[in-house]
Amino acid sequence: MKRNPLLLRRMGIGALLLILIGALVFVARNAGPLAPTRVTVSSVQEGRITPAIFGIGTVEARRSWMVGPTVAGRVLSVKVDVGDVVKAGQLLAEMDPVDLDQRLSALDAALARAGSTQAAALAQVADATARRELAAINAKRNQDLAAQNFISPGALESRLQEKASADAALQAAQANLAGTGQDVSRQKAERAALAQQRGNVRLLAPADGVVTSRDAEAGSTVVAGQPVVRVIDPGSLWVKLRVDQGRSAGLAAGLKASIVLRSQPRTPLTGQVARVELLADSVTEERIAQVAFDAPSAGTAITASVGELAEVTLQLPATQLALVLPNASIQRVQGQTGVWRLEGGKPVFAAVRLGASNLAGQVQILDGLKAGDTVVVYSQKALIEGARVQVVDALVKAKAAP
Amino acid sequence: MISLAGRDIAHSWSKFLLTGLGLGLLIGVTLTMAGVYRGMVDDAHALLDNSRADLWVVQKDTQGPYAEASSLKDDVVRSVRGMPGVAQAANVTYFTMQVQGADGDDTRAMVVGIEPGQSGEPGYLVAGRQLTRSHYEAVADVKTGFALGEHIRIRRHNYTVVGLTQRMVSSGGDPMVFIALKDAQEAQFLKDNDAIQNDRTRTAANPAFNRPGVPGLLEAVQALQASSHNVNAVLVQIAPGFDPEQVAEPIRRWKHLQVFTRAGMEDILVAKLIATAAKQIFMFLVILAIVSAAIVAFIIYTMTLGKIREIAVLKLIGTRNTTIASMILQQALGLGLIGFMVGKVAATIWAPVFPKFVLLLTQDALTGLVVTMVICALASTLAIRAALNVDPAEAIG
Repeated sequence: MKRNPLLLRRMGIGALLLILIGALVFVARNAGPLAPTRVTVSSVQEGRITPAIFGIGTVEARRSWMVGPTVAGRVLSVKVDVGDVVKAGQLLAEMDPVDLDQRLSALDAALARAGSTQAAALAQVADATARRELAAINAKRNQDLAAQNFISPGALESRLQEKASADAALQAAQANLAGTGQDVSRQKAERAALAQQRGNVRLLAPADGVVTSRDAEAGSTVVAGQPVVRVIDPGSLWVKLRVDQGRSAGLAAGLKASIVLRSQPRTPLTGQVARVELLADSVTEERIAQVAFDAPSAGTAITASVGELAEVTLQLPATQLALVLPNASIQRVQGQTGVWRLEGGKPVFAAVRLGASNLAGQVQILDGLKAGDTVVVYSQKALIEGARVQVVDALVKAKAAP
Repeated sequence: MISLAGRDIAHSWSKFLLTGLGLGLLIGVTLTMAGVYRGMVDDAHALLDNSRADLWVVQKDTQGPYAEASSLKDDVVRSVRGMPGVAQAANVTYFTMQVQGADGDDTRAMVVGIEPGQSGEPGYLVAGRQLTRSHYEAVADVKTGFALGEHIRIRRHNYTVVGLTQRMVSSGGDPMVFIALKDAQEAQFLKDNDAIQNDRTRTAANPAFNRPGVPGLLEAVQALQASSHNVNAVLVQIAPGFDPEQVAEPIRRWKHLQVFTRAGMEDILVAKLIATAAKQIFMFLVILAIVSAAIVAFIIYTMTLGKIREIAVLKLIGTRNTTIASMILQQALGLGLIGFMVGKVAATIWAPVFPKFVLLLTQDALTGLVVTMVICALASTLAIRAALNVDPAEAIG
């Protein structure tokens, strides 16, 4: 009876020690450098993926006009303000005509004076005609008289000379009349030119549109080509899309687009690629395409601001059937692209060639794997050849979506 | 033969176990401190491992991108790609900043700008996927506390967390958030709206940039100010068969850039960047180890002194000195062993709770075991001396 409590006690101590040793072994195997790397796996399967192109862009107007004077001058008045809807030909602003009106009056006066000169020339022609007729009658009469030898030949010659002079005087008067007519035409043309210039200081809307900016106020001086107001056609809004060159394969006109404006993240708009520009940006390494909005349904309008940021996703046609893997399983080891394939429970690096990928993170495997191969997707740390791994369902507990 | 030590332990086993437990917690603290130190150094190594680069190309005469600011034009990568022995080269930006989670809480993180599909991207994920869009997606380290699908805010843009990774930290232990390079460039150099407005006004007020006769000049200057084509470093992976130094030398010489090899980068990070902080922890570890040793010694000494009357009885009945000595030594070693086991288990249990990484190395644990045993053995000599010097007459009083 004396030994029993001692034995129990010893057994108790032994059990405690065993538990302690067990805990130590458990801890050493499961948390620390000796522990296996926990991984999740996926088997390679055939599938189709629908690749997509993603890019961001800014809303721009396809048709926009900068309305300004063709010569330097001072702004006289600006008739419209930002947001005003204007019709083609509507007066937007007027430049100061300075002396154009006075020069027009001067030309009007000159034109009137040219008319008077023309009238005088006309009278001169009438006068010369009368003189010529008289001289002709006199010459005729003297010829008859000379034929009957009533007068001397000298008297006849004098009359003939008078007639010739009267002829010449008439021609001179007619030429003078024609000259005054040309003068009137010249003055008219000059006036018309000045009137054109006068009209040119009135800045008219080139087309129907909306005023987007008012860059100069009355009294300010602008140079030739500097805008006074800017007008856009609100129906011609599109997105200037920039797509990373390396991820732009398949970019073509006509692709369907989903456009998310920064101001309306919850309501994606639809559209399609209107054109792909031939010039790419070599500095940002992006290609540029224009994506036009689809016509909105009746009763609604596209409310986008020019310059607003937009995210655009372009859907490409689905690919051929091929092996598909999540992109989280793709690793780059020493410059080689590949995956960790599980072979008898140990990871083995298999180099693969990648094909198309989609935005959900699936990648086509062109070669390097067979259907049914087991491939590591997630791992707790970087794997090495033949590392001890433990396959689990998930590495991170999924949080309930808020 | 009866084990005197075993009998004695069995006699007062609860006291013995409690002492061992206390001792174990102390050893656990020491092991943890060693883990903290190792974790610090490992953070620096993790940073280098995760970038998976063989060479770091940075601005000339700087020690970037981790220890110093470095700024390169983002087209430098193309000229680097053309150098002999370069298998892959990728732009990367690093920027430590506050990242706002969906719940509005700020998390300090190192935002890394990577080119999706290039060598800077995280080497492994624990959930989700790698970046596929060239904008507004992020892969975050689990330490940030972000969940898949969460919208986080960096500067003015919202990013969707599409992937989670683990052990991706900066040398300071800040978790990383990977975003696309173009976003990162913008985030790094983009000022807040007020500053941009101020800058625009300032430029507009400068007659050199706002000349009446030159329409468009002001807009051009302002566009120039807002754009950024800088990166912090170019990560290079070298082709098989090349020596890192052999690839680095021509880039240094002909491209006029600073190039660090893995060894050089380790030197900068471990020897320069975290040297003081690591030394601080290391000094603390040394002191803690000394204090622990002293406490172990005192515990064993006082434990023996508590049994001095029994030892005197043993001597009185003629027990040999070696038997008594071996009893004390065995008890001391047993105490050390229990303490070590408790300490190791405790350290392993509480290590993951630490905010920064605590790395418990097997090698450290083995050193700890040996040191504990040696200290226990040494401490027991003190106790043995006291026990052997005891006068058997004390047993009678």
